Amino acid sequence: MASKPKPPIFLERRSYRKRRLMDAVRLLPVVGALLWMVPLIWPVVGEGDVPPQQLSNAAVYVFGVWVLLIVLSAFLWRAIKAPDAGVSSDEGQG
Amino acid sequence: MASINLLIGVCVAYAVLLFIIAFAAERGAAQGRRAWLGSPVVYTLSLSIYCTAWTFYGAVGYAARSGMEFVTIYLGPSLVMIGWWWVLRKLVRIGRAQRATSVADLISSRYGKSNALAILVTVMAVIGVTPYIALQLQSVTTSLAIFADPSEATDGGMNQTQAAFWIAFGLAIFTVLFGTRNLNTNERHDGVVMAIAVEAVVKLFALVAVGVFVVWGIAGGPTQMMAQIDASSIGAWSLDGSRWLALTALSGAAFLCLPRMFQVLVVENDDERHLQVAAWAFPLYLMLMSLFVVPIAVVGLDLLPAGSNPDFFVLSVPLSQGQDGLAMLSFLGGFSSATSMVIVATLALSTMVSNHVVMPIYLSVKDTGGASVSGDVRNVVILSRRVSILVIIALGYLYYRMSGGSGALAAIGLISFVGVAQFLPAMLGGIFWRASTRVGAACGLFVGFVVWSFTSLLPSFGEGAVLSQSVFDSGVFGINLLRPLALFGIEGIDSTVHAFIWSLSLNILAFVVGSLVSFPTPLERLQGAQFVNVFAHTGHAKGWSATAAASEDLMIMAQRILGPDEAQALFRAQALSQGSDGYLPDPTPEFLEHLERELAGSVGAATAHAMVGQLVGGATVSVQDLMAVADESAQLLEYSTQLEAKSAELTRTAGQLRDANNMLTQLSVQKDAFLSQISHELRTPMTSIRSFSEILRDAEGLTEPEQTKYASIIHQESIRLTRLLDDLLDLSVLENGQVSLNVSSGPLNDVIEHAVLTAQAGFNAALPVIRRYPDRAVPMSTDLDRLSQVFINLITNAQKYCQSDAPELTIEVAQDETFALIMFRDNGVPIPATTRALIFEKFARINDQDGSGAGLGLAICREIMTRLGGDVTYVPASLGNCFLVRVPLNVPMPET
Amino acid sequence: MSKRVLLVEDEPNIIEAVSFLLSRDGWHVDTHSDGGTAVAKVQELEPDLVVLDHMLPGKSGMDILTELRGDAAYKDLPILMLTARGQMRDRALAEEAGVSRFMTKPFSNTEVLNAVRDLTRA
Repeated sequence: MASKPKPPIFLERRSYRKRRLMDAVRLLPVVGALLWMVPLIWPVVGEGDVPPQQLSNAAVYVFGVWVLLIVLSAFLWRAIKAPDAGVSSDEGQG
Repeated sequence: MASINLLIGVCVAYAVLLFIIAFAAERGAAQGRRAWLGSPVVYTLSLSIYCTAWTFYGAVGYAARSGMEFVTIYLGPSLVMIGWWWVLRKLVRIGRAQRATSVADLISSRYGKSNALAILVTVMAVIGVTPYIALQLQSVTTSLAIFADPSEATDGGMNQTQAAFWIAFGLAIFTVLFGTRNLNTNERHDGVVMAIAVEAVVKLFALVAVGVFVVWGIAGGPTQMMAQIDASSIGAWSLDGSRWLALTALSGAAFLCLPRMFQVLVVENDDERHLQVAAWAFPLYLMLMSLFVVPIAVVGLDLLPAGSNPDFFVLSVPLSQGQDGLAMLSFLGGFSSATSMVIVATLALSTMVSNHVVMPIYLSVKDTGGASVSGDVRNVVILSRRVSILVIIALGYLYYRMSGGSGALAAIGLISFVGVAQFLPAMLGGIFWRASTRVGAACGLFVGFVVWSFTSLLPSFGEGAVLSQSVFDSGVFGINLLRPLALFGIEGIDSTVHAFIWSLSLNILAFVVGSLVSFPTPLERLQGAQFVNVFAHTGHAKGWSATAAASEDLMIMAQRILGPDEAQALFRAQALSQGSDGYLPDPTPEFLEHLERELAGSVGAATAHAMVGQLVGGATVSVQDLMAVADESAQLLEYSTQLEAKSAELTRTAGQLRDANNMLTQLSVQKDAFLSQISHELRTPMTSIRSFSEILRDAEGLTEPEQTKYASIIHQESIRLTRLLDDLLDLSVLENGQVSLNVSSGPLNDVIEHAVLTAQAGFNAALPVIRRYPDRAVPMSTDLDRLSQVFINLITNAQKYCQSDAPELTIEVAQDETFALIMFRDNGVPIPATTRALIFEKFARINDQDGSGAGLGLAICREIMTRLGGDVTYVPASLGNCFLVRVPLNVPMPET
Repeated sequence: MSKRVLLVEDEPNIIEAVSFLLSRDGWHVDTHSDGGTAVAKVQELEPDLVVLDHMLPGKSGMDILTELRGDAAYKDLPILMLTARGQMRDRALAEEAGVSRFMTKPFSNTEVLNAVRDLTRA
């Protein structure tokens, strides 16, 4: 058995997983756009009584979203590029 | 002034280094060593020409003025890159498939290869980008000046105009040298790309270095930095929501439309898969580029005296801290940003100008002078390219001279962005909307261009410069609705947002309406289909799942021509022979050759070659056409297959008719033969009867024994006749299947015994019968009378025809699960092999000497056995004759 | 001397009947029941008349007729053919092959005698 490393026969599942990953790739910019538009609803200077958002917090938020998108994008790239790795980790739950 | 000389020396040295790098890269590419050159890292870094000197210097200034808003310029491109799957993937594929050399080429190609459209785009691009080039020149000269004397932030003591000239001149030389070294069909410039990749590293490194210095060197760490940021004048969140939204969208649009971005994104793209890497790597680059912008701005605002130009904080902050080395690095970063942008932008623009303006003019002029020689044209193209580069850089320089360094850098950048964003509707519409037409594109571009000029470009020169004060105040010709900064009377919008919204909205409106009311030319429709359905038609020469995708396209094509089953079998077999377990073989030369041969069988060699070549070659012009050809061929094949089927059916029908006719003829012959036989069998006894009865009647003097003899002959022949008629009737009934079986049960032995007795009754010398029965009785449930008739017939035949000195008959009985087997074997002379086949036929007499049999006995036996569900056969034996009767123990029920 | 007739026939009862008729009419009757050797029998006996059955074991009457007519010596030999098949086509074929008289079975005795007399008078 072990002498002949045969590729596992879950092509269907693999291609399915790949398709879902591609869905994620398609969805990612939408998520990014929404998250980056959140600052539009933050309180600003001279608007009502609420103290305005601190610039440092704003910067952390914007760069945080940025890092998130980069990491997700890179992860998806790896998962799609190397389907075996991407799928086998999901296999147990799938 | 010594430091200026030093700076110039560094610049020159840096430029020389870039020359060497570019030269080495070109050499490497020429020798086929593209491994590193064609890597996604280089591709990603080359995209960094998005970050120009405006970004390098200007972003800090922007942040110092408006806080976080500067980041929108990076958010748009980041989103576009992360969403590569939506637009870039298609754009790159189309660009590669159509061998688009520029935005103008792409748009013109999409809309029926219209050169008018290309000229329009080119003019717009030149107008939109030239200020941007001027901006780079300005930033480099200003940074030189600041370096020379930080206190003189705006107008240095040195001759800036002269410096700008030499910088422009140097850039032109570099661009000419590496941008037009070779005239490659795919317009790739390996040397330039490598140089800008290096510059990308330099500028990132410089900016990060300054940032690190600022955060850890000045502010004292991230926490203190945060506190300092919040405490600064820009520390409180003040956001113009419309600008945040619009600038993000604008930067994304510009990222796609800028000629230089198209150049590096699409034209210089070596492999579609690089996009996926760049999808996260480029946002990472942008993120790093902007990470330290706010800290630098805050520290700059804090450290430097009020009134310092925040656009050059990147340079002036290190200088103010006496960090000359860091400042030098920072200067080189800005220099890199500026030069890389100018080089690529000039390259892209010169390609457009040369291909769409200069060359058409040259060719139309040349045409009148006589036929052009191809080598000649090549030189002309290179020359025109070089002249274009010089002209564009000269334009930039002139713009710089004319504007005199007016306005903040960022403002010029945004104006330029809005200008090029006008390409977006035509571009996206072209690749996603098949119905978009040349008229629509031209309308949209023109309207967008006019609105942009009116609301953004012309007002940027200042009130009264190009547009008079009265136009600003009360609109063109006094029409209030046509005020450049408050179009249609809507006031209070930020000027950039205003220009962006109005120009793009009207652009889209004109584009859509123009497309809807006009009718596309055939070429437009063809190109439209190819653009919109690019993934359906093109193979990935090096797609993001390269080999499999090419095979997939081949598979689709093969299925159209060969039919799904055959194609799949072919591909599967090839994949197996390649040692792969899948269904798609790698497109190896062997496989392609094989496939081509297979296809050639269906569509002809030339077409097959063209189709395979087009799919595998990657760059295509008319895959669509070929697919149409394929479809037609498939239809033709199908049609002819149908015809073939019909013809086969006709042949089959004709064959059936012929068979039926043959059968009828045979039946007729058989009927004639049968009638002839019947006639003979009937007439022969009749002859004897008639003849002897006449003798008895007429002849005189017959003796008593004679009379008796003749009378008995008549009697005998009458019996023969009767038996014949009985047999005939019996056979007729059996053959017509009208016989009803009278099923009863009894042991087989009794039936045989009864038959032996009956058969022996009429003979004087009874044939001795040897019986070999099984120990147990064989119970039968069948028509015992009919079975007995068969046995009687066989025993009688043996009795009659067995010619032997001591004739005897052996009757042997055996039994299996369903059948009883009864063998009748005599020891007479075997029937000759030639006549054995005939013995069961009607009127076939085995060895008829006395003529008493009609030759119907065995025929009747066979019919009876068929009725009983068994059979009777002649078994060849070395001695004597042997008949084997097989009869079911239980007669099967008749079907009806 | 009495004339010789060769009767080629395989049915014993018909042989009996025809022999009886012709011998009563003054013929010397030879009988032969095998078709295969019939021609040799004719050559051996040199009969004045041949009465030939159509269906014979060994060789058919039609073939014997053709063979005899092919021999110049028997070109004018009277041959009376009897057949039980009685089809028009057989008669036509026989006449074409040169039969002297063609009769179908069952025949009337008188007819046979008249025919034999007819054929041998000339």
